[in-house]
Amino acid sequence: MTDSILEVRDLVKQYPTTTAVAGVSFAVPEGTCFGLLGPNGAGKTTTIEIMEGILPPTAGEVRYRGEPLGPRFREEAGILFQKTALQDFLTVRQSIALFRGLYARGLDVAEVIRLCALEKLADRDARKLSGGQQQRLLLAIALVNDPAVLFLDEPTTGLDPQARRSFWELVESIKARRKTILLTTHYMEEAELLCDEIAIMDRGRIVARGAPRRMLQEHFAEVLLELPRQDFPDSARSLPLNLIEGPERIEISTHDLEGTLRQLLAASVPLNHLRIRPANLEDLFLELTGTELRP
Amino acid sequence: MIGRLLAILHARNLEFLRDRGTLLFTTLLPLMLVVGMGFVFSGPDRPLFKVGVIGASLERQADAFLHERYVQFVSEPDAATGVNKLTHQQVDLLMDLRSPVHYWVNTDSPKGYIVEKLLLAAHPDAQREVVTGAALRYVDWLFPGILGMNMMFSCLFGVGYVVVRYRKSGFLKRLHATPLTAFEFLGAQVLSRLLLILFITVVLYVGISTIIGFHNAGNFVTLLLVAILSALSMVALGLTIAARFSSEELVGGLLNLLTWPMMLLSGIWFSLEGSPRWIQWVAHLFPLTHALDAARAVMLDGAGLRLIAPNLLYLAATALAFLAFGAWSFRWRID
Repeated sequence: MTDSILEVRDLVKQYPTTTAVAGVSFAVPEGTCFGLLGPNGAGKTTTIEIMEGILPPTAGEVRYRGEPLGPRFREEAGILFQKTALQDFLTVRQSIALFRGLYARGLDVAEVIRLCALEKLADRDARKLSGGQQQRLLLAIALVNDPAVLFLDEPTTGLDPQARRSFWELVESIKARRKTILLTTHYMEEAELLCDEIAIMDRGRIVARGAPRRMLQEHFAEVLLELPRQDFPDSARSLPLNLIEGPERIEISTHDLEGTLRQLLAASVPLNHLRIRPANLEDLFLELTGTELRP
Repeated sequence: MIGRLLAILHARNLEFLRDRGTLLFTTLLPLMLVVGMGFVFSGPDRPLFKVGVIGASLERQADAFLHERYVQFVSEPDAATGVNKLTHQQVDLLMDLRSPVHYWVNTDSPKGYIVEKLLLAAHPDAQREVVTGAALRYVDWLFPGILGMNMMFSCLFGVGYVVVRYRKSGFLKRLHATPLTAFEFLGAQVLSRLLLILFITVVLYVGISTIIGFHNAGNFVTLLLVAILSALSMVALGLTIAARFSSEELVGGLLNLLTWPMMLLSGIWFSLEGSPRWIQWVAHLFPLTHALDAARAVMLDGAGLRLIAPNLLYLAATALAFLAFGAWSFRWRID
């Protein structure tokens, strides 16, 4: 593909006892947000760290603008690791300035501070930030060289819902600047909201790939009806319904919502706690891998 | 390249200056050394006559004078070494019992005056040669050793632990994702520690030399060059240890393994003259031995660059070799 900024070919990462990545290939078009989804141990972080040039692959290669990763990639990539410690005793502003000093080109420190809404925290010791503020600082550091491609490895894991939402807003504003973003996440909502394209990983392989909405349409033409288990009488089990049984709830997948509702009413199933929802990436993930997509 | 190096250097200096505990400890320890030295060496030296004898082993000399009581006889390998010691009053008299018997006396030394009388009683016609020179007290000899020891600990542990901490916390991994190279990173660490150690060594030098009343016989610029090259070599040595490990315990152990032999064998506390040849050979592998040899030559004998050139070359070469090895074996992340 000529318009892809990053290309991964037959990537394999073998450890003495496990294969973390077992032959992964994909390309990321410039200016898009690409999401890697998967449960713990699926190989997401290993894949993204090989793409960042931090881990050497056992086999396969990563190309940036058609070339193997080199000095140009390091100058033009912005990276936010899953876990990063910064140098002790530096303020927010000094931490950003330190990283700005490592690049030949980039944004003004003040501009990055404004971009990540860190103005009020600029002179605070970087160790004294909350989880959400810390992630904003790490994002600011990842943006300091005005990168063409931005890697975000589970950027909102462990944040409270409000901090997560404000982080998403930041990422959307970066997307609006036509940056290419590579994101790994546990959160379906995050992937649905931010990603133009996703790849679902399981046991070191990509099991599905595409635009989130299109993938859902392909796999789920139905809607889902959810009922608490105790509200579902045994007599109703003989009904011709597509049941998905969970420990607490029973889900019914159907093309014909009205027909199914009529059947349930006729069988005297109480519908006080009924929930109707469209399928989401979580359901897709469950269907593809048979595992819950939770940390 | 310089820009990236300076960015790391600046941040490291800020970190050090704001870490109040470490800063206090780094400044207090040398201060305590100064006070301790002042206290320990405030009393008079122990009186003892010491005579250097050139040539054959002492046992085979059936000379009456060698049986004098309260006189200690030490063997000197040659006249030059003996005369040098006599000049500093490390021996009170130097003699050559081979015929014709002759001796050297330091006319500035009161003890030399008395021992000369004893010698002339046994050998009335011994030939006399004269040298002059003020006494070298043990404290003067020890002074460069104390400076060197402080430098060694600060260099090795100061950089060793910092780099391991950076690696363990993942800060190094984050730096690896930038254009920064291992050589630039290590260079900045070396420079930061070098500036600090030079500052502390100068403060220590001024403090101790004021308290014990020391006079530097050599050139201060030469001495500064010795200090810079010594610190460079030892900081770089610390970096070779810190280059790849990520356990503070392991690195602490390895640093101890390095510092203790240097502490005992580099001649901080006592001269290695007279110790077995293999010990001297091992001692001359240590940068600290060369640092102290050069510093003592400048401070006590007023030696110039030409005389200490072999020591300086060894320090510079080891600094480069250690730094190159450190950069080559450097690991940004925990394996």
